[in-house]
Order: sequence, then structure tokens, then C-alpha cells
Amino acid sequence: MSQFVSSSPPIAPAPRGIGRTISEGLGQGVAIFGLEARKLAHDPSELLFRAVQPALWLIIFGGVFSSIHVIPTAPYTYLQFLTPGILAQSVLFISIFYGIASIRERELGIITKFLVSPTPRVILVGARGLSASMRGLSQALIVILLALGLGVALNFDPLALAGVVVAIILGAALFSTLSMIIASIVKTQERFLGIGQLLTMPLFFASSAIYPLSVMPAWLRPIALANPLTYLVDALRTLMLPGETGLYPLWVDFAVLLGVTVLLTVVESRLYPRMAQ
Amino acid sequence: MSSSSSSPILRTQELTRRFGEFTAVDRLTLSVEPGEIFGLIGPNGAGKTTTIKMLTTLLPPTSGEATIAGYDLRRDPAEVRRSIGYVPQLISADAQVSGYENLWVFARLYSIPRAEREVRIRDALEFMGLSGVADELVKNYSGGMIRRLEIAQALMHRPRVLFLDEPTVGLDPLARDAVWEQIERLRGHYGTSLMLTTHYMEEADRLCERIAVMHRGKVVALGTPAALKASLGAPNATLQDVFTKYAGEEVEMAGGGYREAGRTRRVAVRLE
Repeated sequence: MSQFVSSSPPIAPAPRGIGRTISEGLGQGVAIFGLEARKLAHDPSELLFRAVQPALWLIIFGGVFSSIHVIPTAPYTYLQFLTPGILAQSVLFISIFYGIASIRERELGIITKFLVSPTPRVILVGARGLSASMRGLSQALIVILLALGLGVALNFDPLALAGVVVAIILGAALFSTLSMIIASIVKTQERFLGIGQLLTMPLFFASSAIYPLSVMPAWLRPIALANPLTYLVDALRTLMLPGETGLYPLWVDFAVLLGVTVLLTVVESRLYPRMAQ
Repeated sequence: MSSSSSSPILRTQELTRRFGEFTAVDRLTLSVEPGEIFGLIGPNGAGKTTTIKMLTTLLPPTSGEATIAGYDLRRDPAEVRRSIGYVPQLISADAQVSGYENLWVFARLYSIPRAEREVRIRDALEFMGLSGVADELVKNYSGGMIRRLEIAQALMHRPRVLFLDEPTVGLDPLARDAVWEQIERLRGHYGTSLMLTTHYMEEADRLCERIAVMHRGKVVALGTPAALKASLGAPNATLQDVFTKYAGEEVEMAGGGYREAGRTRRVAVRLE
């Protein structure tokens, strides 16, 4: 175990090929992802608590607004229309406070240990964003089971379901990376929670999650179109509702979600190291 | 500079860090020999932690240079990171997963080949006396066990230099003894060079071969503990006397302000 001899002079290593860099990067990504998976496995209670909110939205809000028929969603029932919206909302809600973990890890010394390791910053950030999708997917399962229980007709074509999974992974990565950016800027729990609360409701209401763009006042529509949540909702609605064509073609929704996620990841890769200074 | 003929494993040249008008580390020039245990002591705000943050690539220097294991700190931070281990002052083990899982993550982050991974993890656990609690969640560990796990984590990739920032803060005397013993053993076992900061003079006296006393960002005294004590000229002088001589007028500042006090006490509480 101790063949290592430290008094030998440093030897310049062979240049790292691109293949080795990629395989090491993948391994490092797996490490971050695996750590998050193990945390969830040791304590899945948050995932269960998080199931309460979408249930309330679907059963109470959905139930009431279905019966009064004020929101025009033909040819779909209001519950059909609402289900992808609530799914997108629960992905947003479970992701937008994800950055609290970075703040806790900064208050301890965990972040410094990650940053002192040879892991490229973009992998530290990107892998965390992707691992947030595990939480998002748990919400998808809950919302879809709830919707089935309520007798909502959804599209269960395997290809469409695969699309739902990809959309949720992208959406969860997008909003959790946004959350990490906020954490990197404000750095304290109090301010982070304040800003998180401040952001959640506007993101939610200025989107097509619970009503179509067509009923929004004219001033709100451009805001909704600049809101990434609208594209997540649009993708989910196109995939989950039989015959729905969506506001935009699917590839536009996915391109927007992917583009914003990549942009936020690049930004956070620059900000994250400052958490340890 | 020590009399050793081999080249230093760590060398800094006029290393400086400013925060606005404040110079936290002021033209620091020192070197650490292979296998040496080198101590940084000094009051809060003397620049010890800033020095370690620069040498571990967390904080870019304002000016000056440093090489570690032959790699330039500015030009080759990725190789520097591969060559060092770091145990921060604050807690760096993740309480929500087990000791084994903490090591597994870092074995992968340091790209230890699959064939060796399990062996290194088992060895590290055994070396630090944690084999029996490997699968327990770290939140159930004692403070001494957490520190030993963190040192194990920082050692798995066989770093040339290990940085320990206040390794025994918040530990009771028994746990402190155990950590000291492990530090001495790992140097003997792996030949790792160590740079540590501490507020405990007995710790510096027992562990370090050479000590730099820092004050206001500068090294004001440097030498073996015996030489530093002898330099005072008084019989039975202690390292505490050395500290008082070089940094004594800072007593009013001791404790380092609200933020630092808060952090230190939080570590102390969490380690209990």
C-alpha cells in the first residue's frame, strides 16, 4: 500500500489526451451524481413531503376550476390541461431551492474540498444540475399517478413518455442551476430563501402552467414567452395530451430548455469557485 | 531554508494577496522540504488561512509565485490539485452519507482506477481506524472520527503535500491525541509533506519540524521549535513565549471578529 515515495523528484506526466480527459470527466460526473443519489436513498422524506403540493393543486384547484368552466381549454378538460402544468410547477418548486445545499456546504467546508479536487468546475456544476433531475423525476411519477387516479386521459405512448423524461431532466437542471447561481451570489441562507420565495410565484404565474397564454393580459404575454417554464409546460403538454401540437414545435421547446441550461451552467461554473474564497 | 539536499516540494516567492486596501499575505517567501511537517502559527488575521487558500488553488494570488511538486500554481492549477490534499478548518465530510461513501466520491473525483478504488478505500478506512464504522452515516460519527475521515479522504490519491487547516480545533484532548498520532503515522507511512496551521502551541511544538510565525501577513520568525525558543534567550522559554513576543500586541484582536468567531464555534459545536 505504501509504494509511494514522495522524495523522488516530480516527473512531468505524459500529456493528457482528450480521451483520458473525457473518461475522467465522466467518472467525476458519476461521482457527483452518485453522491446525490445516495443522499436521496438515505433520506427520501423530502420527496414524499413534496408530493403534497401537486396533490393539492390537482385535486382542489383543478377540481374547483374544472367545475366552474372559466378557463377555455377545449378540446381538453381543464384537468387534462392542468396536469402537465402542475408537473412543470412541481419540477420548478423542487429545483428552485436546490441551491440551499450549496449554501450549507459553504457554511461547512464541503465546497472547498470539491474545488481543491482536480474536477473541472463545469463538471462540478453540470453534474449537480443533472442530479437534481432525480428529484424532478420523482415528482413526475407522483403527478402522473395522481392524474391517473383522477381519471385524466394522458398520452402513454412510450416515445412520448421518453420525451417527458428528457423534458423533466432539462427543466430540473435549468431551475436547479439557476438556484445555484442565486446561492453563489447571495451566499447566506436568509437572503437565498427570500429571493427563492420572491422568484417562485412570478415564474409560476407568468407561465402557461395553469391558464393558456391566450387568456393573459397583453402585457403579461411577452413576459411569459421569456419565461423558461413556459417552454417546459409547452413541451410537457405537447407530449402528454393526445393530439396536442403546442405553442411551438417540440424541438423549439427542447432547444430553449437546453440552451438556457447550458448558459446557466457556464455562468455558475464561473461563480461557484467564489463560494470558497 | 533547511539543510536538506533535495529540492523543496513547495516553494513560494513573494506570494501576496490583497483584499482591496488590506494586504492579507505580504510577500511570503518560504519552502517546505519533502516529508517535512511545516507549521504556520500566528493570531487570527495573520494570513495563515489566506496562504493555505492560495496554495490550494482556491484563491488566486495578487502577485508572487509558488510551485508545488514542481507545478506552477498559476500556470498549472489542475496539476497542483492532483498533487495536494486539503483538510479545511471547517467540516468537509458529508454528514448525510456514510464514511465509505464519502471516500468513494473522492476516489472517483481523483480518478483512482477502478481496480485500485476498493483497496484504497479499505486501506484508508483501516489506516484511520474507521473500518468498523464505514457504513454508518457520518452524522453519527464523533468529532475525532470526522476529522480522521477527512484526513483519509484527503490521502486516498497519495498527495505529495497535505494541507491541514486547524486540524484539531474543537476536539477534546483524547481525540486530539488520536489525530496527532495519525498525522505522525501518515507522514512515516506515505512520506507526505504537511503544512498545517494551528492555534495550539503544544500541537505545533509536538508535530512540526519547522514553524513560521506569521503576523500581519508576514513571516516574522522561522525555524525549528527548539531554535525559535532558544532565540528568546530565556531559559525554559516555550513556544507560547515565542508567539507572544512576535504577535503579542494583537491580544485585543484575538478571536478575529464576529464572523470568524461564529465559524470557529460552529465547527466546535458540530464536532462535539
